[in-house]
Amino acid sequence: MEFIQNNLTYILSGISVGGQYALIAIGYTMVYGILRLINFAHGDVFMIAGLMMVYLSTWVPLYISIPLVIILTVLLGFLIERVAYKPLRSAPRMSIMISAIGVSYLLQNCALYFTGGLAKIYPQLPWLSNTVTIWGATTKIVTLVTPIITIVLVVLLVLLIKYTKVGMAMRAVSRDFETSQLMGIKINTVISVTFVIGSFLAAGGSLLYFTNYASVTPTSGAMPGLKCFVAAVFGGIGSIPGAVIGAFIIGICENIIKGLGWTTFSDAFTFALLIIILLVKPTGLFGEKSTDKV
Amino acid sequence: MKKLLALLLALCMVFALCACGTTTPTEPQEPSEPASGNPVVKIGIFEPASGDNGAGGKQETLGVQYANSVCPTVEIAGTTYDVELVAVDNESSNDKAPSAASTLVNAGVSIVLGSYGSSVAIAGGPTFEAAGIPVMGITCTNPQVTEGNGYYFRICFLDPFQGTVLANYAYNELGVTKAYCLSKLGDDYSGGLVKYFVEAFEGLGGECVEETFPDGNSDFTSYVANAKNADCGVFYSPVSIEAAQLIIDQVVAQGATFPLLAGDTWDSNVILQAAKGKDVSITVTTFYPEGANPEFDAGCKEWINADPKNLANNNGDDTISAVTAMGYDAYFVALEAMKAAGSIEPADVMAALWNVQYDGVSGHIAFDSVNGDAIRNTAFVKQANTADGTWTALPEVTIG
Amino acid sequence: MEAAKKKEVLFTVLAIAALLIVLIVLEQVLPTTHILFTVLRKGAIYALVAVSMNLLNGFTGLFSLGQAGFMLIGAYTYAIFTMPTAVKLSDSVYKYYDCAIHFDMPLIPALLCAGIAAAIFAALIGLPVLRLKSDYLAIATLGFAEIMRAIFQWDTLGPVTNGANVLRKYIDLTSIKLPFSDKPFPPTLFVFLVAGICIAVIMLLINSSYGRAFKAIRDDEIAAEAMGINLFKHKEMSFVISSFFAGIGGALLAMFQYTVQAAQFKSAMTYEILLIVVIGGIGSVTGSCISSFLFIACSEWWLRFLDEAKYNLPGMNILRSGFRKVVFSVIIMVIVLFFSKGIMGDRELSWKRIGAFFKDPFGLKRKKKLAAEAEVSGNG
Repeated sequence: MEFIQNNLTYILSGISVGGQYALIAIGYTMVYGILRLINFAHGDVFMIAGLMMVYLSTWVPLYISIPLVIILTVLLGFLIERVAYKPLRSAPRMSIMISAIGVSYLLQNCALYFTGGLAKIYPQLPWLSNTVTIWGATTKIVTLVTPIITIVLVVLLVLLIKYTKVGMAMRAVSRDFETSQLMGIKINTVISVTFVIGSFLAAGGSLLYFTNYASVTPTSGAMPGLKCFVAAVFGGIGSIPGAVIGAFIIGICENIIKGLGWTTFSDAFTFALLIIILLVKPTGLFGEKSTDKV
Repeated sequence: MKKLLALLLALCMVFALCACGTTTPTEPQEPSEPASGNPVVKIGIFEPASGDNGAGGKQETLGVQYANSVCPTVEIAGTTYDVELVAVDNESSNDKAPSAASTLVNAGVSIVLGSYGSSVAIAGGPTFEAAGIPVMGITCTNPQVTEGNGYYFRICFLDPFQGTVLANYAYNELGVTKAYCLSKLGDDYSGGLVKYFVEAFEGLGGECVEETFPDGNSDFTSYVANAKNADCGVFYSPVSIEAAQLIIDQVVAQGATFPLLAGDTWDSNVILQAAKGKDVSITVTTFYPEGANPEFDAGCKEWINADPKNLANNNGDDTISAVTAMGYDAYFVALEAMKAAGSIEPADVMAALWNVQYDGVSGHIAFDSVNGDAIRNTAFVKQANTADGTWTALPEVTIG
Repeated sequence: MEAAKKKEVLFTVLAIAALLIVLIVLEQVLPTTHILFTVLRKGAIYALVAVSMNLLNGFTGLFSLGQAGFMLIGAYTYAIFTMPTAVKLSDSVYKYYDCAIHFDMPLIPALLCAGIAAAIFAALIGLPVLRLKSDYLAIATLGFAEIMRAIFQWDTLGPVTNGANVLRKYIDLTSIKLPFSDKPFPPTLFVFLVAGICIAVIMLLINSSYGRAFKAIRDDEIAAEAMGINLFKHKEMSFVISSFFAGIGGALLAMFQYTVQAAQFKSAMTYEILLIVVIGGIGSVTGSCISSFLFIACSEWWLRFLDEAKYNLPGMNILRSGFRKVVFSVIIMVIVLFFSKGIMGDRELSWKRIGAFFKDPFGLKRKKKLAAEAEVSGNG
């Protein structure tokens, strides 16, 4: 019992971080599945969502600012795709990836400019920010709620992809870009929808993440972003359940590593895990094997 | 189109090369003639305005700017000079430090103040040394800043002193025997403070658990849980303000009962805001407790409140941080040095600095003759009053 | 050798010589701490690293993001090897550890060691990692760089790496001496010489049969393999050579900034170098060099005025700390979006091209000619 009491904090925190990572990782995995692009800017979109919440919550009450943040983040994701990725659709893969790095650079620097480099304290959300004690471990309610919200959202997303027309189109595009175009699927709409969904989840993830770790800096999105991409690769890029499971594994392992006292290696471990899985199973846990065609 | 771009870039490169070829620091670009018609002496501010230490750097800069507004001219050898501040952002980053430093050198400054954050000060030091310009550290407490660099002075106490004070405080005042020490990986400031704390604390008979967190970490859950599980009586974490907010938040969220202990970085209104209304005990050592010099406090508050830009740089309220007071003192020490030198030539200022003595708001300032460190043996101790978000001064500590 | 080609080589050699002479003169005239030199030095160092990355990304088609990791290894190797033993044994640098390394070496061997250390690590990592394809390779090398950073900050290795603390007091740019004398070697000249020699070696390699094999792999792996090119061997070779020069670049960076600390070699550094490569043109050595000087000069010098409030128009508060970076990133986005081939594309700077440029600076004549040709072919 005492063992559980002592270690429950790590597990709880791991599951909660895992849930937040999962919401971001889905954005990576969907974009990669369709565009074969590592959207480096995704982590920064997540950070911007946090900053918008900081500023908006001082102007308008929470029940307006939360939906507003989600709408604005979705708009931002949509705009980024239209402005920075769409013009490069026929360009080499490298160019579009550089464009993603450029956007990430731009978002970070804009955040730096507007915050003046100071860390902003994230507003307290009612109820979610309260603390609660279970089996002797004290934590914020958001820690417990996160995995539930994550799973609900993921189930909804999977249903959307399986049973709606747009979902079918997304699956088709990710399977074969050109053929689906020939079949009359409006590629640009599908890609926009992907970015909208990704940004929506990132906004949700940022709400949960920053309620838990209530400080936003211009670089807050960089490390979580990288780790979420790792989670997406780990689970098999392009696969949504894969990304979710990968994110939970990485979140939990990271906290256990810290709990064991190997704090220096908590970030490095994530990458070590990634390299190992890539060597053993190059397509990730649930990835589909792709064959070389001449 | 592409050729046009290439041509433009080439032109602008040539232009810039010409521009810099014609002006050298010895003959300052365009002797700027202010309204008063006085000659100008330039003081460089080598501080971070972005990155990890952005918040602290800005507050330190505020102190210098306030001092400049109080005393915008200086009389050197019978001539009245207007003092111009030249600020450059070193981005809290070692690899940006040399170019930031040479920007100041190019501007033709007579003396440089800064930097907040010891790592950047260490990285920027050699450039100033090569240029023969004296630098005065305001709150960089790592011993390596001045060691072996004849041009680096500082007006604050050092890590070994501060670490020892904190260890004594924890062991004697708080009465704990086991301390949890958290520092940031790759940060000389927190690393140094933790090392000296551990040395002193273990010397007193205590026990320490040391851990580090990587750059960009925002999840302190496990660290706080580790401290709880190890039954530590005090959580010692002299890290940057950015991380401090998250640590306080997490300590509260986990309902931990141990007090938090930290060095001068935590003496900031950011910490007060983060801790306000929460059940947490925070104690810090610092250079200056607000209230020690009511005249300075009132003037500085008025100045900060007068301009929304200053208010924003001071994180939105008018609580005076110790680093602001130190910045204020540093400015006047610099003026004293120039007066004593009777010249604005960096070499003369440098020679005069060794013997400068000044009674500032943070106490008496004088430099030792070995490294140019301040001779200080008193640290102020403050405790956060979480009910109304202010600092409560505790008895100061003097060693040696 | 053809006469025209001979002439071209002669021109190039003369131009380089002229450049060096200008540099030497400048270093005598201006104070060494002038911002021009800081930018030139850092520009030259980044040029070397960018060219080494280009060898991998642009010429071999291996998308690697591990450059910061190899620079880290190079910088640490160099700093540890050249720090005088007396300094190591005193507690001025190794404050909290007893240094385990009891020897030091002169500058040039240490530079080589820095490169070799990075190359050895690259060889070890390359064995497993190079079997991965494109983006997977990118993310694995990026991960490797992060792991390297953590290892170098590890407390247990403290006696060698000084933990996460700074290393300093090794041979830096100001402490190089001219051979057989006590006079200081002009620091900027030194950086240019080392970086120039390294870049020249990379250029020779690219123009050799190995270079052609690299390009064949980049253009089509399967075809290259069918032509009898040993894929793995050549990829590993390119990876190791690139890392060797990244290591030397790291060592130069250590010399340039007087202190080394693992914390600065983040993935942001790799991204910066990648941006330089792309702005210069993927697959162009001269492009990488030009863009690296422009990049460093813009980010650390020319745009600094944007941060200063005193240039604000009255009543406006746009120019303040951080604005420089916003403008800079907008410029980068414009280049990436509208000039996605970068300054040079995949071509190199040559005298012929410079000549053509001045005859027809805006490409108007060429466009006209192309239009005319199109018309002709349309009629035909």
